[in-house]
Amino acid sequence: MSTLQSNLLENHTPTGREEAWRFTPLKRLGGLHDGTAVIADRVSLAVKGTLPQGVTFTYGDIAAVTETDDAIINRVRAHTAQGTTLHIAANTELAEPLFLHRTQFGVDSAEFARTQIRVGNHAQATIVLENSGDTHIAEDVEIVVEPGAHLTLISLQEWGAATIHAARHHAVVDRDATFKSVVVTLGGDLVRILPTVDFIAPGASCDLSGVYFATEGQFFEHRMFVDHKVPHAKSRVNYKGALAGNKAHTVWIGDVFIRAAAEGTDTYELNRNLLLTDGARADSVPNLEIETGEIVGAGHASTTGRFDDEQLFYLMSRGINEADAKRLVVRGFFNEIISEIGIDDVEVRLMARIDDELAKAGK
Amino acid sequence: MSTLEIRGLKVSVETEQGEVEILKGVDLTIKSGETHAIMGPNGSGKSTLAYSIAGHPKYTITGGTVTLDGEDVLAMSVDERAKAGLFLAMQYPVEVPGVSVSNFLRTAATALRGEAPKLREWVGEVKSAMESLKMDPAFAQRNVNEGFSGGEKKRHEIMQLELLKPKFAILDETDSGLDVDALRVVSEGVVRAKAANNHGILLITHYTRILKYIKPDFVHVFAKGRIVEEGGPELAEKLEEHGYAEYVSA
Repeated sequence: MSTLQSNLLENHTPTGREEAWRFTPLKRLGGLHDGTAVIADRVSLAVKGTLPQGVTFTYGDIAAVTETDDAIINRVRAHTAQGTTLHIAANTELAEPLFLHRTQFGVDSAEFARTQIRVGNHAQATIVLENSGDTHIAEDVEIVVEPGAHLTLISLQEWGAATIHAARHHAVVDRDATFKSVVVTLGGDLVRILPTVDFIAPGASCDLSGVYFATEGQFFEHRMFVDHKVPHAKSRVNYKGALAGNKAHTVWIGDVFIRAAAEGTDTYELNRNLLLTDGARADSVPNLEIETGEIVGAGHASTTGRFDDEQLFYLMSRGINEADAKRLVVRGFFNEIISEIGIDDVEVRLMARIDDELAKAGK
Repeated sequence: MSTLEIRGLKVSVETEQGEVEILKGVDLTIKSGETHAIMGPNGSGKSTLAYSIAGHPKYTITGGTVTLDGEDVLAMSVDERAKAGLFLAMQYPVEVPGVSVSNFLRTAATALRGEAPKLREWVGEVKSAMESLKMDPAFAQRNVNEGFSGGEKKRHEIMQLELLKPKFAILDETDSGLDVDALRVVSEGVVRAKAANNHGILLITHYTRILKYIKPDFVHVFAKGRIVEEGGPELAEKLEEHGYAEYVSA
């Protein structure tokens, strides 16, 4: 485990001094991390529409695929050995994206949820996790992408203002399999997501991208960890965030670990933040740990800045007023990633939400 | 008939060494249908003149006036200047990631015309502007100026000139970085737009080669922040032969 991810002590309750928790406002976690949350008896995840051929969605005993030292996830596991399993049979190619959404909510108690997504040999699927409404939830999502399979997982946080959401999306990616993740966080009071990837055989690749837009008082944290422990795997990380309003706070941690055995690794990670007003704070920490020099490439970049005056001047010199010019720039900034989703009505809906957030920020 | 009038314009910029005056009193009057070439050596302040008229925030106006049909241009915001009828074709057009040319053009046309152009007519307008500038239709889906070659950037600027129909076009070194073929295509676009709209042109250039295509009515020699000589097209020929040496050394 890389130092940026570590909780330092097993079964330890975070105090905020640990590297993995130093940015998170623990008081706003609703007790998810320290055992004080009232755990609800609800299982909120459901399939939208009918299940296609080759896909099962069941609830029952679940065995963890990987270990973790994340304090919240360990509490979830200690609480229940049951969870939801979405299984895509080997060689199944889903023609349409499969949508999952929430059907139960509550802010007086917290849901501790376990979910596994298994994509069989040479199967292909796009899965959309739609999170909306107001709730408290801690969620352990494990994803297994078997040899030759291709999974696109789109996780949408369109939460209401009272939501507390802590989740780990851990993908285990096998030989010649690809895992593409798009995480979009636009709503919630506190959202902390850990998109993490374990490559377990050569030829595996992942593409982790995301956007977040925090407005007044919101805290959004995205903490990647890509573990290159086998040769010839490829990873790309690209997250973009915008912030507006007093005490809007985002955290992006991009932690990539290239172990001694991981010769031929090819990795690049990028985080860009756009500060739209004063009073907001974006923390961005890219981190590469490299134990072998026999690699194809490893790089990272992180930028945090304000509107580019030259871009605004160019647009305004064509008659576009300042507010519209800023909206174009922000939409364009996010569009690079939103357009990766490839589902028209979802893209339109997210852009509309981004416009709303921007309008709120402008007031 | 419109008139763009520049009187005693003084402009400075903030540098690490403090405020530096670039324009030291510029007087120039342009009327609809006229083409004025501003020629001068590098660093003489030609581009500062262009950006100051357009309202770039980097430049501070310290004296003088700019009016368009009597309206105070210097009191307007950048977008208001465009709405009043000013257009600046930039030497270094800016990349706007994630914003497609098509979306950008339609947003600009909507802002300038006060209403969204009818989709069918608009598609036709864009298509014909692109064809006459010999641009690939796929261009409309690319992001504004992102990864454009020098020639593509200039074609894109002149395409906007054709579509946005200003009263006055300021062309800042539109010829720079163009090969002979691209120079011809771009220049023809400028001539075509002018024939259609009868706008006034302020053509800023270092070289005379673009004047073979875009014939100036007036030539102004710019040096050390002001106009130092004025004449007709024959002045350009003199510059072609003798260069700017006599204006710089003095």
